[in-house]
Amino acid sequence: MSAIAKVYKWELLKLTAQKRTYLGVGAAILVPIAFVVALSLQKGGPNDIPLGRNIRDTGLATPFVVLFFMSFWAFPLITALVAGDIVASESHNGTLKTILTRSRERGQVFAGKALAVVTYTAVVVFAMGTVGLVAASIKWGIKPLTSLSGTKIAPGHGVGLLVASLAVYVLPLVGIASVGLLLSTVTRNSAASVVGTLMFALLMQLLGALPGTEPIRPYLLSTQFSAWHGFLRTPADWTPVIRAIWLSFLYIAAPLLGAYLVFLRRDVAGE
Amino acid sequence: MSDAIPVSARGLVKRYGEIVAVDHVDLTVGAGDVFGYLGPNGAGKTTSLRMLLGLIRPTAGSVQLFGRDPLVEGAKALEGVAGFVEGPRFYPYLSARRNLRLLADYDDRDARSRIDQQLELVDLHTRANDRVGGYSHGMRQRLGIAASLLRAPRLLLLDEPTTGLDPAGMRDMRALVKRLAEEGITVLLSSHLLSEVEELCNRVAIIRSGRIVYAGELSELMATASDGFRLSCTDLERGRAVSLAQSGIRDLRVENGALCFSADASDVAELTIALGEAQVGITALVPEKATLEELFLGLTEGDTPPATESALAEAAA
Repeated sequence: MSAIAKVYKWELLKLTAQKRTYLGVGAAILVPIAFVVALSLQKGGPNDIPLGRNIRDTGLATPFVVLFFMSFWAFPLITALVAGDIVASESHNGTLKTILTRSRERGQVFAGKALAVVTYTAVVVFAMGTVGLVAASIKWGIKPLTSLSGTKIAPGHGVGLLVASLAVYVLPLVGIASVGLLLSTVTRNSAASVVGTLMFALLMQLLGALPGTEPIRPYLLSTQFSAWHGFLRTPADWTPVIRAIWLSFLYIAAPLLGAYLVFLRRDVAGE
Repeated sequence: MSDAIPVSARGLVKRYGEIVAVDHVDLTVGAGDVFGYLGPNGAGKTTSLRMLLGLIRPTAGSVQLFGRDPLVEGAKALEGVAGFVEGPRFYPYLSARRNLRLLADYDDRDARSRIDQQLELVDLHTRANDRVGGYSHGMRQRLGIAASLLRAPRLLLLDEPTTGLDPAGMRDMRALVKRLAEEGITVLLSSHLLSEVEELCNRVAIIRSGRIVYAGELSELMATASDGFRLSCTDLERGRAVSLAQSGIRDLRVENGALCFSADASDVAELTIALGEAQVGITALVPEKATLEELFLGLTEGDTPPATESALAEAAA
């Protein structure tokens, strides 16, 4: 096992031993369940959002609708909980100096942490999707899904589109996680990093909502949370998906590079 | 590489804005030394150690551990080096064993095979599966030693290893350090417990306000203290007169009904004979050598710390 793989393994093990990880994963799982329960108890529904009208037609629709709702602050917060903490808490607890005086290079330690954050981010999104699909399918069954173009999508194909949508959705969320990692490395303060990351995500949404920002709107990170809509059109619209891929890469790379450089050179002193 | 000097620091400086935490520190720790790094709180001991381990970047100067610079060679420069700064820190939500497994995976392949042996050495094998969050301070200190020894080090840097330990814990820790030194491990021990340093170390450096005020053999430092004696006798006045007439008796004075003076041992022997011949009975003759504490306080206390002198000189220039 390579040095980075060993660090990565231990970063994951550390995450599985911490309450905040379960808080994040738990929230990601509970939201779709709560959504299904709430819709079961009332007649109305989220008619004005994509797939909202068809939510009771098939269990396949629920994960997509929850994706939409959770992109505002829930997923950014769940992501920030871990990304904003992963370096800052080690600085605060003094364990960073413990691991940096062993035989692993700083770059390897950072890489392990970054990979763990990406893994956590993917896990919470796919956990939400899986639980949402299962919970809604129990309630409403798995039937053909009505696409955003009005055509019917077979359940098997619908599940494939859900997986692809979740994968594309993870990309901008990793962009937010990357900002969290940067703040965690620079501020060395877990709470400030979590709040700062959430503020960044909300600021992106605010920018997108302001009048006159139409020209930059397609390039905002928050806009990329809707890229999966392209999969649910007939024929599939790849433009938002491709844009989400390269744009998210930029949003991921810039803060990640900054965090990496700071991590390599920073003084590890008593916090 | 094994013949290289374990620690060689030259001109180390660390500034935080206007504050000079470490001011042109030179340190040399030779193979087999148990080197005491002394200084009052805030003198710059821990900052120096952090620079030695590559945890913080010096503003100026360089560090070499067995000939390798941690800032240039990164973790490779820490090969054969272990220890802790400001107390050992562990993941409180993991057990001691898992903490050590983690650290072993951050080290070489053989480190894992040494875990049980080290846990037993520090007497934590029965609590190895308990979370470190529930450990006492002393247990964490011992776990810190175990974590250090996992690396099979040739150089051990220990920052205040007995701080916060009860007397039995301090005794055990000192015995362990002594044993490790006897096994050939070079030890750099930062401490402000002078009795500890006196018991364990052969060489010392004393830092004050960021600057080294003494570096060398502990025995040489102790030898710089004047050889004083305190003499009680049956007739103080006659005794004083005899002492005054005796050659080699210096700084004679009367303190609390006794004669206090400085002299070489041979001159003191002559004095005892002279007193006997003068019918003056000696009731007590006690050598009064300055303790390390007195020497330390003499070097580290005063009106103008060296760093301030330097700053004044720089300002004047």
